[in-house]
Amino acid sequence: MEDNKVIEVKGLTKMFGDFTAVSAITFDVKKGEIFGFLGANGAGKTTAMKMLIGISKPTAGEAKVAGFDVASEAEDIKKNIGYMSQKFALYDDLTVKENITFFGGIYGLTRARIKEKTNGLIEELGLQHHTDKLVGSLPLGWKQKIAFSVSLLHEPKIVFLDEPTGGVDPITRRQFWEMIYKSANKGTTIFVTTHYMDEAEYCDRVSIMVNGKIEALDTPKRLKEQFNAETMNDVFLKLARG
Amino acid sequence: MSIVVDGISKSYKSLKALNNISFDVKEGELFGLIGPDGAGKTTLFRVLVTLLFADEGKATVAGFDLVKDYKIIRESVGYMPGKFSLYQDLTVEENLKFFATIFGTTIEENYELIEDIYVQIEPFKNRRAGKLSGGMKQKLALCCALIHKPTVLFLDEPTTGVDPVSRKEFWDMIKRLQLKGITILVSTPYMDEAALCDRIALIQDGIILQIDSPEAILKQYPKLIYNVRADNMYQLIQSLKLYEHSHSVYPFGEFVHYTDKRTYFNPNDLKLYLAEKLLTNITVEITEPTIEDAFMELAK
Repeated sequence: MEDNKVIEVKGLTKMFGDFTAVSAITFDVKKGEIFGFLGANGAGKTTAMKMLIGISKPTAGEAKVAGFDVASEAEDIKKNIGYMSQKFALYDDLTVKENITFFGGIYGLTRARIKEKTNGLIEELGLQHHTDKLVGSLPLGWKQKIAFSVSLLHEPKIVFLDEPTGGVDPITRRQFWEMIYKSANKGTTIFVTTHYMDEAEYCDRVSIMVNGKIEALDTPKRLKEQFNAETMNDVFLKLARG
Repeated sequence: MSIVVDGISKSYKSLKALNNISFDVKEGELFGLIGPDGAGKTTLFRVLVTLLFADEGKATVAGFDLVKDYKIIRESVGYMPGKFSLYQDLTVEENLKFFATIFGTTIEENYELIEDIYVQIEPFKNRRAGKLSGGMKQKLALCCALIHKPTVLFLDEPTTGVDPVSRKEFWDMIKRLQLKGITILVSTPYMDEAALCDRIALIQDGIILQIDSPEAILKQYPKLIYNVRADNMYQLIQSLKLYEHSHSVYPFGEFVHYTDKRTYFNPNDLKLYLAEKLLTNITVEITEPTIEDAFMELAK
């Protein structure tokens, strides 16, 4: 594996009976890259991502994530990635501090390390006065920012983000993207799955899945030129409608 | 006027969900309520369809008073909640029949209104609603909200969680319903959908920031916006924020939207500053504001 590639996917395929959910997809993601993984509902995004994070075995093809094989070294992958989703990220009925401690423990950090990380995270997010508040009582935008920081607690090589900023107010949303840029700048690879096309505009490169296949893969700028479209939304519409 | 909202407030314990909301929607108008999660959109919808009492203020819908005439309002409006609220274990056809019966009508009586939407889900009419895809659930929910031929239609975040193709189809349907004379109040967190409405209210934290046509809101944007680009996005944002003349700095896809505090601003000054910060491939070009820019400037 070339050392600047943190995700390498070759002919990755997943079948459920006769149905091919993911059909021989091939792509690479570089270290520190923000990679957008797009597709309509049912295009195969979730199935593909499940294989990449080591919770679903491929039917054919291969993929290496953080240097580990998704089929034979799934447990190593889980230790080297972070994951955050819009639907589930933190426990609403634990406080901010409890959530950080809990996830730190899950990721296998020592007590001393958790304490150090907690302080750093709270200071960076400016949450000094809110550490003992229940996460459920915080605004959505705050939750998303905390969740992202928590997914980075164990300093993973790659973070998988599933529709991270849908519904979040525009200002908080940008603060969130600034956090993403910051970690990418430090060398963390960011893998964003989304069907919010304005999230796609922020990625370095994006792939678009249609019916289990990757039908386009390039920078948002070049895709817009190629499809003669003003926005990624238009690119998506042109591709998905054929 | 089809909807008149006058000083509506609603609190949940200490949280002020709606704070003195007032606006009008004209007959046949497509009016958008645009704001993020937690802005108060759903609370406002629930008040206007008489499912929730307001703490203060009054409103009329289709000419009827929210409190006094609540029964007539319920017969006159169609309401599609943000959360899928049909019966998951009834089939498509059974759901539609059920709603028609509740409103004392039949599918046939108002079929003309739902025809072009229903034909798209008719092939699956014997499938249980719970087994439909997201886009099809939305279409069924819309049919159920229309089956009694309402004069005012309330659509609470109909396109949330729906992919761009279904989103486009849904807006085409909304537009066709408007042509049939139905007044529509639609809410959405997607700022790019604002342009599809006749008029919009931008809402955040229970407060309306501005009400106008999308075009007029953009025209009133007080600053010139520049698209700034350089090789390292993170350093670009940090440098722009440190620039003493910067008014706002917001990442916007491949660019950063930048506005300057000064009346006279020369983009070359900014380029020089960024070059000093060791940024490369710098471009600074004037661009048009979007509804998101307007929203952020108002919410600032």
